[in-house]
Amino acid sequence: MLDYITSYLKSNTTPGQAGNQFWAFVYIILIFLGLSVAVIAMNWLERKILAHMQVRLGPMRVGPHGLLQPIADAIKLLIKEDIMPAEADKVVFWTAPVMVVITAFTVFIVVPFGPTHAVTDMNIGVLFMLGVSSLGVLAIVMAGWASNSHYPLIGALRSSAQMVSYEIAMGLAVVAAILMTSLHGIGLYGVGSGTGTGTLSMIEIVKAQQEQHAWFIFKFFPLGLIAFFIFAVAMVAETNRAPFDLPEAESELTAGFHTEYSGFRWSLFFLAEYSAMIAVSAIAVTLWLGGWLRPFPNWLTGETWDLVFSLFPGVTFLLLAVIAFVGTMRMPKHPYFRVQTLGLGGFGAVLGLIGLVLLMPPVRDRIQDIYWFSFKVAAFMYLYIWYRGTFPRYRFDQLMKVGWKVLLPMGIGVLILTAVVGVLL
Amino acid sequence: MTDGSTSTTSHLELEEHDKTFLDSNELIINMGPQHPATHGVLRVILKLDGEKVLGTECVIGYLHRGVEKIAENRTYAMFNPYVDRMDYVAAVSNGLGYCEAVEKLLDVKAPPRANYIRVILTELNRLASHMLWLGTHALDIGAITPLFYTFRDREEILKIFEKYCGARLTTHAFRIGGCLYETYEGFEQDVKKFLVFVAPKIDEYEELLTTNRIWVERTKGVGKISGKDCIALGVTGPVLRASGVHWDVRKAQPYAAYSDFDFEIPVGQNGDTYDRYLVRMAEMRQSLRIIRQAVEKIPEGPIMAKVPKVIKPPVGEIYHSIEAPKGELGYFIVSDGSTQPYRVRVRPPSFVNLQALDVMVRGQLVADVIAVIGTLDIVLGEVDR
Amino acid sequence: MTPIATPFFFYLLSGLALLGGILVITRKNAVHSALALILTLLALAGLYLMLYAPFVAGVQIILYAGGIMVLFLFVIMLVSIERSQKEEQFNKQWIVGFIAAGVLGVLFVLVYVKGRALLPAPTAQIPNESQNTQNVGVLLYREYMFAFEIASLLLLVAIIGAVVMAKKRI
Repeated sequence: MLDYITSYLKSNTTPGQAGNQFWAFVYIILIFLGLSVAVIAMNWLERKILAHMQVRLGPMRVGPHGLLQPIADAIKLLIKEDIMPAEADKVVFWTAPVMVVITAFTVFIVVPFGPTHAVTDMNIGVLFMLGVSSLGVLAIVMAGWASNSHYPLIGALRSSAQMVSYEIAMGLAVVAAILMTSLHGIGLYGVGSGTGTGTLSMIEIVKAQQEQHAWFIFKFFPLGLIAFFIFAVAMVAETNRAPFDLPEAESELTAGFHTEYSGFRWSLFFLAEYSAMIAVSAIAVTLWLGGWLRPFPNWLTGETWDLVFSLFPGVTFLLLAVIAFVGTMRMPKHPYFRVQTLGLGGFGAVLGLIGLVLLMPPVRDRIQDIYWFSFKVAAFMYLYIWYRGTFPRYRFDQLMKVGWKVLLPMGIGVLILTAVVGVLL
Repeated sequence: MTDGSTSTTSHLELEEHDKTFLDSNELIINMGPQHPATHGVLRVILKLDGEKVLGTECVIGYLHRGVEKIAENRTYAMFNPYVDRMDYVAAVSNGLGYCEAVEKLLDVKAPPRANYIRVILTELNRLASHMLWLGTHALDIGAITPLFYTFRDREEILKIFEKYCGARLTTHAFRIGGCLYETYEGFEQDVKKFLVFVAPKIDEYEELLTTNRIWVERTKGVGKISGKDCIALGVTGPVLRASGVHWDVRKAQPYAAYSDFDFEIPVGQNGDTYDRYLVRMAEMRQSLRIIRQAVEKIPEGPIMAKVPKVIKPPVGEIYHSIEAPKGELGYFIVSDGSTQPYRVRVRPPSFVNLQALDVMVRGQLVADVIAVIGTLDIVLGEVDR
Repeated sequence: MTPIATPFFFYLLSGLALLGGILVITRKNAVHSALALILTLLALAGLYLMLYAPFVAGVQIILYAGGIMVLFLFVIMLVSIERSQKEEQFNKQWIVGFIAAGVLGVLFVLVYVKGRALLPAPTAQIPNESQNTQNVGVLLYREYMFAFEIASLLLLVAIIGAVVMAKKRI
């Protein structure tokens, strides 16, 4: 048994490919926990960042700087009365949130946090992610219909129409990126070398970028950039976030498809929404931004730079610890704040400790990939919040117009041009 | 208020099998009275074909407090604070209109200094009202950030009100015959400081919205209404001016000290939501201009005219209107010679402007209803009174 | 990569597919039927995965479960459920149905029994899973290029036809 467990450590594939169920299970648990923490952190960060964009403070009461607010919210949601409308379709009403969570979490099986840090590497990686996340639409439709009420129904209709339309543009952009895995260009755009076979596997896509010495966002300039742009717009629409948050437009439809949901069931939708955001960001990072690869792999080469970049994870945590300590210093000295001050100090100490651990050579080499991947995903998360703070909401017909008349033709154009450029130029 | 077909249709009267989309029959939706975008307790019954609006019917009265009836049982001075509760975001304007109407009835003229104070406070209030409108309107269209910016800046105005008369919202700043309070120490500095503070803030709002593609797409061509329709429906204020009609009571029938100042009336062309937005933004700048002139030119002197202790206007009737932030606010007061008015009728701009909702949204989409309600800038306290 | 508990998953997925299929035809509520159909489709996708055909499984999910069924549900949702439940479901042609099912069943059994000798024995070799997508691509674009293009042309015609029919004026 022990051999079975340790044997994987020497292999350099994902547990899924190595056929090691134990480690696959460990990875699944880790990803699940990591995602939950990420969603909780996102909840806090979104409120804080949005608040600071809007000249206010955001949560400040529960814990130092409202750090415990998401936990308080979670407890509130769990102990809330779970209301099911009398006229609702019980079975479907019950299934919808379960389904939305399952689809939102299943996609993370193939997300590559590093060359070996994924549950498994599927031959159809991207296709799997797009396919399973498209099942989320079903859950939304089910939720809207089962509520048996006008607002959720319209919300669900809007939502599904929107997701189905944007999926097409999204798919075209993805195909353009996949084409790039096999076409490394000759002459004008010729960069690096590759195996020449295209692939849908998430890990292979990143490896192709490594071999070609170019993130796909910069490849066949500006084609990669345009494809990335299409995906970046479509993914916001796909996750129903501002400025495409019509299904949940609270000024029009109160809360869209989950109007009738409350308590725990509602929190499942919330969880799914945020993990879906992380999932599509992960696709974008994998396809265009070099996945787990560190920045500037071409220019800043050599051992020194490798060392510098490998220090990043630890330094980031130490920086967070410093921020926490500064916050501790600036806490009011009144005895009323003693617990909060201690809590923040302790939090800072934990962060600092993690930072120090991450600086140790054996750890920092393994953690680097995960760090860069998460860092890039986090940048997308910030963008999501930024959009929400800046943009008004599209109207439904305008949204459809953008999807079908702008993004779709652009996507087709990029796809064709990528093929032409890859083969001829 | 509509063509009758909507006003008689209620949800219950529809046949059971008509309640779906696919039969391309109408769907009746109640927007409000508890709806985040109806700015209070307005209930709009929407008749929809899919997302297209076939007709609307406004159900109002949820906030009815019988303000006009109360007036008949109060003396003229006692009724003064009640008017603040109509358009509570522009309470100063309400008070000004009422005081001036009674003054006209009494044939009393407020002293010049009082008039200047009145203009400064009213224009500050116009700014506050427009800021609140901008924040909530943008929020309705989905831009959540401007709301906080405008509230931050509106706070400065409310601080000045608080320092002047002790109240922030329902100020009761003026009395019949002038003002009760002399300006406080440093009032002028405060106002001047505010002017310097707020001018770049208005640019900031515009930066966020005016050229924002989504904002333009959401507002251009939405809720169009022609100047002719506006006049036919009695619509006034920025909504009327955005449709290209050059009408502002401040210029047309100057009251208080408005004839002393140099300012322009911003006028739109298309009469759509975007133009109304631009008109209001320009109006905010013009208000700043008026306040600046008023603060500079404010004369010394008494602030209260000679008004008898017991106000007993002669028998007669009077209509006096002012330009409130939302449009023409008129008071029609009938006096029977006693200490209490025989009848007070308020012509609230919000109520009259709300009539235009149906004309503006017919044939447009549900999302536009929200935008149009926002752009009409209604306050339900004033609609229902 | 060695598969585990193959019989268990096979029977689980087949059972789910069967259950879904039965629910599709027995539910009175059309939305429930559609959802059961999705269950069947997903179980089929799982079976494809077990057959080392991940690409087909992916396409099954993305096209059938994710795309077509959403449109299905879309249409069904728009029809009032209360009304459709009150209506007569279908013509109750039990006899014809039983005869058809019986004939079909007999056909299956016959083909299975007689055809066993004709068809080659099931091959035990495991296909190269890691090249599945590439293999499908090569087959589609090299061997069956003509058929593939014909099919795509047909679909294009269908799309244009649908647009023309749906849109009253162009």
